[in-house]
Amino acid sequence: MAKVELKINGKQHSFDVEDRTLLVNLIRDHAQLTGTHVGCDTSQCGACTIHMNGVAVKSCTVLAGQANGADITTIEGMAKGDKLHPVQQAFTECHALQCGFCTPGMIMAVSGFLKDNPKPTDEEIYRGLEGNLCRCTGYINIVKAVKQAAKAMSK
Amino acid sequence: MHSFSYVKATSVKQAVDLLAANAEAKLLSGGMTLIPTMKARLAQPSHLIDIAGIAELSGIEVKDGKLTIGAATKHVEVSRSAVVKKAIPALAYLAGHIGDPQVRNRGTIGGSLANNDPAADYPSAALSLGATIVTNKREIAADDYFQGMFATALDAGEMIVKIVFPVPAKAAYEKFPHPASGYAMAGAFVSQHGKTVRVAITGAGPGVFRWTEAEAALGKKLAAASVESLNVDASNLNEDMHGTKEYRANLAKVMTKRAVAKLGK
Repeated sequence: MAKVELKINGKQHSFDVEDRTLLVNLIRDHAQLTGTHVGCDTSQCGACTIHMNGVAVKSCTVLAGQANGADITTIEGMAKGDKLHPVQQAFTECHALQCGFCTPGMIMAVSGFLKDNPKPTDEEIYRGLEGNLCRCTGYINIVKAVKQAAKAMSK
Repeated sequence: MHSFSYVKATSVKQAVDLLAANAEAKLLSGGMTLIPTMKARLAQPSHLIDIAGIAELSGIEVKDGKLTIGAATKHVEVSRSAVVKKAIPALAYLAGHIGDPQVRNRGTIGGSLANNDPAADYPSAALSLGATIVTNKREIAADDYFQGMFATALDAGEMIVKIVFPVPAKAAYEKFPHPASGYAMAGAFVSQHGKTVRVAITGAGPGVFRWTEAEAALGKKLAAASVESLNVDASNLNEDMHGTKEYRANLAKVMTKRAVAKLGK
């Protein structure tokens, strides 16, 4: 067993978990934040994407122990009260989701790469989304939403 | 995943001592390959020794015509480093095209070279550039380091500390990623050092290898046309549902030509 102390969405937590616990399981089962999804569990689909110390990572491929002391943001930490994060707002307005399963991971990946590249070209958006799969294949509206979010955030 | 003990090491010495004390222990850096491998129960180490936070394994610097990168340096750091972009822009380009953004935020150069996946990108750069793999025990030339599929010259209990790349006159990397997995079906890293040209092919065979016929032809005239009449020997290449040996041999040649064309730019 290992003691893992970390901050999730601004709140300090301390958990006693098995060493083999994955970060995504700590988030979902121990912190009870089920917005972060497990899609493939093989680090291909990106549904489990969260921010660890400000960068997008796939939480199904990080051990809870590796996140000891980290500052984690999940989809639940993106909105400020009733005000959605600009990426969430753009996904809503552009109808960038169908079933919605991939959406939390998409939003965390997009908000991650917009920090590094606030004005991406179409090609850069495609490359930025390489780690996330939408099995409804609704990519056209997702790309639209990324552009709209980039515009909103640059204001 | 089978259970194991997780230990965070704070120095190379501590990590090596832990490895020596536990025969079934493995080093964990970014974990981008090891954790999926353990989930699939293809590996079940007794201990994972986390080396990601060890200060001695970080850092990027250029000195006396050599670029040195610490083993725990992440792909994202190599791809964005102003030092790497200036010294060996092809290496920054390669790092920026590994996997996907989330993988590049975790995966490390030392991890990639220690794992030596036949379709990994970094081995081609190390072999083409004639890098030196510096471990806790010794220095290993890239020509001696890569030993086929997932095999390297590393001994049990040995760990990579840094990688030293001689800065070439010119270098370029081109790959054909599999459309679904993104792994290179064939990738070519071409570099020129004085009159010598070195061509390393990844993805196509059971491990990275040098295409010496192309090197000789490109050494005489550094132009894509120089390899036109040559063919990569297909007999030892990979063959699977994604492509035949001959297809991969052709891809390796096309990637070499594209990399050579990029050199001139």
